[in-house]
Amino acid sequence: MATLTAVNHRPVRIPVSEIVRYVALAGLGILFVLPFIWMVSTSLKETGQAYRFPPEFIPQPLTIKNYESLWGGPIPFDRFYLNTVIVVIMAEIGTLTSCTFVAYSFARLKWWGREVWFVVLLATMMLPFQVVMIPVYIIFRTLGWLDTLLPLFIPTFFGNPFYIFLMRQFFMGIPRDLEDAARVDGAGSFRILWQIFVPLSKPVLLTVAMFTFVGHWNDFLGPLLYLSSVDNMTISVGLAMFQGRGGANWPALMAAATLATVPILVMFTLFQRYFVKGIVLTGMKG
Amino acid sequence: MSGSLQSYETTIQAQPSAQIPRWQMVIRSNFQGYLFASPWLFGFFVFTLGPFIASLVISLHQWDILTPMQYVGLRNFERMLQDNLFWHSLRVTVVYTIFAVPLQLAMAMLLAVLVNGNGAVKLFFRAVFFLPSVTAGVAVAVLWRWLFNPEFGLINFLLDAIGIQGPPWLSSPAWALPAVIVMSLWGVGSTMLIFLASLQAIPDYLYEAAEIDGANMLHKFRFVTLPMMSSTIFFTLVMGIIGSFQIFTQIYILTNGGPENATLFYVLYLYQQAFRSFKMGFASALAWVLFLIVMVVTLIQFRLAGRWVYYELGE
Repeated sequence: MATLTAVNHRPVRIPVSEIVRYVALAGLGILFVLPFIWMVSTSLKETGQAYRFPPEFIPQPLTIKNYESLWGGPIPFDRFYLNTVIVVIMAEIGTLTSCTFVAYSFARLKWWGREVWFVVLLATMMLPFQVVMIPVYIIFRTLGWLDTLLPLFIPTFFGNPFYIFLMRQFFMGIPRDLEDAARVDGAGSFRILWQIFVPLSKPVLLTVAMFTFVGHWNDFLGPLLYLSSVDNMTISVGLAMFQGRGGANWPALMAAATLATVPILVMFTLFQRYFVKGIVLTGMKG
Repeated sequence: MSGSLQSYETTIQAQPSAQIPRWQMVIRSNFQGYLFASPWLFGFFVFTLGPFIASLVISLHQWDILTPMQYVGLRNFERMLQDNLFWHSLRVTVVYTIFAVPLQLAMAMLLAVLVNGNGAVKLFFRAVFFLPSVTAGVAVAVLWRWLFNPEFGLINFLLDAIGIQGPPWLSSPAWALPAVIVMSLWGVGSTMLIFLASLQAIPDYLYEAAEIDGANMLHKFRFVTLPMMSSTIFFTLVMGIIGSFQIFTQIYILTNGGPENATLFYVLYLYQQAFRSFKMGFASALAWVLFLIVMVVTLIQFRLAGRWVYYELGE
């Protein structure tokens, strides 16, 4: 009897739960997107328009003067942009080269203590940066690198445990036959890494590249510690300084925030699946 | 380890050029292994282990960077125990963690269940929910400051539209911390993805079996989905707690610890002591306590894990 009722209900119940699902998706979806719409909308308003109640989502009239004010204005947003791009490019080079070598060593080369070092590598992933923040700051201070971009990307040349781990896992999945064949032909580890592993590892390299991009684009603590003069600032500290200064000009701030977000949006649209892969594999936050 | 060396030797013997003595091969492979790993090994000593130990040493000193260090023994730690702001910042961080992390996990779970399945619509919403977690940073924190604006912000406008008088959020000691929690819920997209992967790994036959036993949707969620996802939930819980002990950027931008220290998170206090007051010794002591907290949380949770986490099928 119970089974019969269940069978009878089924064709009705599934559509209802699906309707609930889509209503919930639409509602939550709007809530998740609204902040972005609000950001862009505010950025296109005159200062006075932003302080109106109720607010208008499509500003009348539309103005792009907030964006224009960011270029060559009193706050050198173009400089911030350039500095950030330099840091990100250098960090990509540093991260991708160093992590490839180290990951290959952990995945394929045989050396004494490798397993122990691998455990050490995993342990360092749990260590909060704040614990070592002060001595690391002292190191860069001693080197005379304060107020330069160097402390922001030089460390990337020494690998990152998360990415090394991610790439090692990927490398382990590459068939050994390919490598053995190359060794028989006299190829050394450098050539094997460069000609076999790197071309086969495009997905994981892209994942690491995306994480590096987002991580350095959004990085705030590093620039906050090391940079002091306005001309050397990256977008994150620049924006932080800009927002603290003399009341808040929200339309201008939102224009800056929009410009700071656009590159991530573009990367996200182009490479979304590599982000997804990285997060699912490491459980790391973007 | 001898096993892995063994397999190396067999690989070598397959080569025509294996005339080189074995000990030479071992040295060569060790040299190469260490050479390739050297960037990280160097970085580990210089940027992790060295600073880790140095941090402990500095915590035993009084130091403002400019004048020489003075050894003070455990006085920084003693001072910490009597420091109201230390306890306060710890309390703020713990209260935030207790409320924010479970809410984040619940939100991530809800989103994951909603977008689970195939179809362009679900794929689209996956991207929508995931995007905010990627954009995290100063820009987003500035955006939220504007959203929380009591008079002209979007949030109070929406609350007003449904007849609720919105609170003053960031300028109120009572509402600043809830505001930070609300903002954190917007960034659960990456946790959603982890849950989604774990949801999709649950075999259909478990649900079919539950249906035969007369389970309804809630039963299936409670008795199939949750147990099958327990290890993932547990993992995200650990990472969530550790992450919330390190919150900094959002707070620095949103409130800078205020109003009336209502959002003085632990790491913000550490930062202020180190780089505003230049009390490097005291700040290093704070850093070591942070390390111990993170370690203890991790260990306790892994101890507890065995009790309620259902790890794998067929075990």
